Amino acid sequence: MSDKIPVTVLTGYLGAGKTTLLNRILTEPHGRKFAVIVNEFGEIGIDNDLVVGADEEVFEMNNGCICCTVRGDLIRIIEGLMKRKGRFDAIIVETTGLADPAPVAQTFFVDQDVSEKTKLDAVVTVADAKWLTQRLKDAPEAKNQIAFADVIVLNKTDLVTADELTEVEGRIRAINPYARLHKTERAAVAIDEVLGRNAFDLDRILDLEPAFLEDDDHHHGHDHDCGPGCNHAHHDGGLKHYHDEDMQSVALTIAGDVDPEKFLPWVNDLVQREGPNILRSKGILAFKNEPKRFVFQGVHMILDGDLQGDWKAGEPRQSKLVFIGRNLDETAIRDGFLACAA
Amino acid sequence: MAAPTLTSLTDHVAPLAAGAHVTAAAWLGDTAAFALGDGAVLLVNGGGESRVAAHPDGAVLVAASGGERLLTGGDDGRVVATRADGTIQTLADEKGRWIDALTTTKTGAVAWSTGKRVTARDEKGRTRGYEAPSTAQGLAFAPKGYRLAVAHYNGVSLWFPNTDARPEDLAWKGSHLDVTWSPDGSFVVTSMQENALHGWRLADKKDMRMSGYPAKTRSFAWSADGVWLATSGADAVIVWPFDKEGPMGRAPRECGVRHAKVSRVAFHPNALVLAAGYEDGCILLIRLTDASELLVRRAIEGGEKGRPITALAWDKPGRRLAFGSEGGAAGILTLP
Repeated sequence: MSDKIPVTVLTGYLGAGKTTLLNRILTEPHGRKFAVIVNEFGEIGIDNDLVVGADEEVFEMNNGCICCTVRGDLIRIIEGLMKRKGRFDAIIVETTGLADPAPVAQTFFVDQDVSEKTKLDAVVTVADAKWLTQRLKDAPEAKNQIAFADVIVLNKTDLVTADELTEVEGRIRAINPYARLHKTERAAVAIDEVLGRNAFDLDRILDLEPAFLEDDDHHHGHDHDCGPGCNHAHHDGGLKHYHDEDMQSVALTIAGDVDPEKFLPWVNDLVQREGPNILRSKGILAFKNEPKRFVFQGVHMILDGDLQGDWKAGEPRQSKLVFIGRNLDETAIRDGFLACAA
Repeated sequence: MAAPTLTSLTDHVAPLAAGAHVTAAAWLGDTAAFALGDGAVLLVNGGGESRVAAHPDGAVLVAASGGERLLTGGDDGRVVATRADGTIQTLADEKGRWIDALTTTKTGAVAWSTGKRVTARDEKGRTRGYEAPSTAQGLAFAPKGYRLAVAHYNGVSLWFPNTDARPEDLAWKGSHLDVTWSPDGSFVVTSMQENALHGWRLADKKDMRMSGYPAKTRSFAWSADGVWLATSGADAVIVWPFDKEGPMGRAPRECGVRHAKVSRVAFHPNALVLAAGYEDGCILLIRLTDASELLVRRAIEGGEKGRPITALAWDKPGRRLAFGSEGGAAGILTLP
């Protein structure tokens, strides 16, 4: 339902510019009122908005799912915020620099009361252009935050050379090719690129193309339609291709239908077994004898899927999956998926 | 199921516009008091209404009453006592930290929590503090003696605020939300994140697991004789037997079965009659002995927001029932 309050999760390693982005969101003249859930009351100057301190209390659910962790404090805070409903339009949850975004995201799928009142809009990760490459080597938290993101704000680009920027962008794309990426100085990004993304709405998952094949934040847009034979290189202009030995994305396509009787048990079993390693997953599938597209998205072991709009006339019926995770066995996943072909 | 012949008491309800989320209702003698999401306390006596700004610019998150005062805990970090005459007293100011839980006794002791920090204030106003192992989500005083049950992650701690003894731990894995003590003091029961109740028989610390709810239980009520515990969270009021043996291995009673979840329960102070509020705004009175039902308030049709009943309170003689909803509707039933 559209009257659910959207929640944006703001992550980023220490010093990347989270607070700067938060202040920018709060001070821009947009007429919206926010409830902001922070870990420490920092230098956030707000007149209109409501700031709530949180404890980042992560606990396990007693449901047999080992990676099913939620933020207990968040459940309680959202319950409290709902008592003053109507006095804010959206919620922003700022996590500490060392936080794993998964328990925050999972809270919005696991807790029934929270999911009835609010909906996760997007995970936004602020990254420091100068230090991210180093952090990806020494801080697993930083890597999690990049892998988990729907939107990445690559900040402090004024502190690096063009080569360094290309380098860090390549590192990001090796982990997460799907997030929208914005290169900024002082976290200057248009507010609509950060809020109102609907990244977890199944009906917004329209394609699973890596984002760097799209226009990213070069606001020129598509000035011509690319046909299938279009091979000019302006899209990913010179992006370096790296392989991250720890965190990868696996993208798979079957050029046709899959059998839901095979696919659904397979994907459920996969996320049950590999859930701790799979951070995010998405899929658009053509089920045999089904005119509608089946769309799903997942966070660790939690999958949310449904039949969405019809396949359009002339649109090729194909089945695509994307997993972002740690130490994924691409061959096994690929073989398992291909065996689901109808 | 609401049979067509269901006797209706709807003509005996005086509706009120509370105007904000009703966090709790209570009776201060003849005065009905409603704690609201806009920080106010609405006092209704006879035909007269007045509003007290207990938490200006805040919201009442939690509330409790021992009969003389309505205690409210706000997102302004304050614990405030409001009397029937509208006078207020600030009992605590936790510097903006939300008051997460609040409880009181009939004799005027009060306890509240902010995060892990639990504070107990006795009748004379002396306070003592204690740090729970994780956020204290629920508080309940023992029916006798100055002892507090603190619900938190992985169990309950039983704390004597006036001693330096280490609190006694009742352990059970998982996140415990609200806590209640049976009127005879022999059982402690919590509601849990996983749509279940957990209980302990204090004599031998034997565990009780009461599961099968489709939603979290956020409202408990003990019958006047102390034998029955009514609970919310299902499409019926689930009523557990707490006579000598307790509910172990026994099935609960189900009453007031409807196609909507029960959101609030309140036992009549003298009779085996329950008031049940539902998520669709319906309120029923249910007699436990024969499960007969009386309609107090009709369900609100369709997708209108704010329908769930969030507050129910009987006055001391059991003649009037105050209620309130998430969307700010309220009312008082006077039994004919």
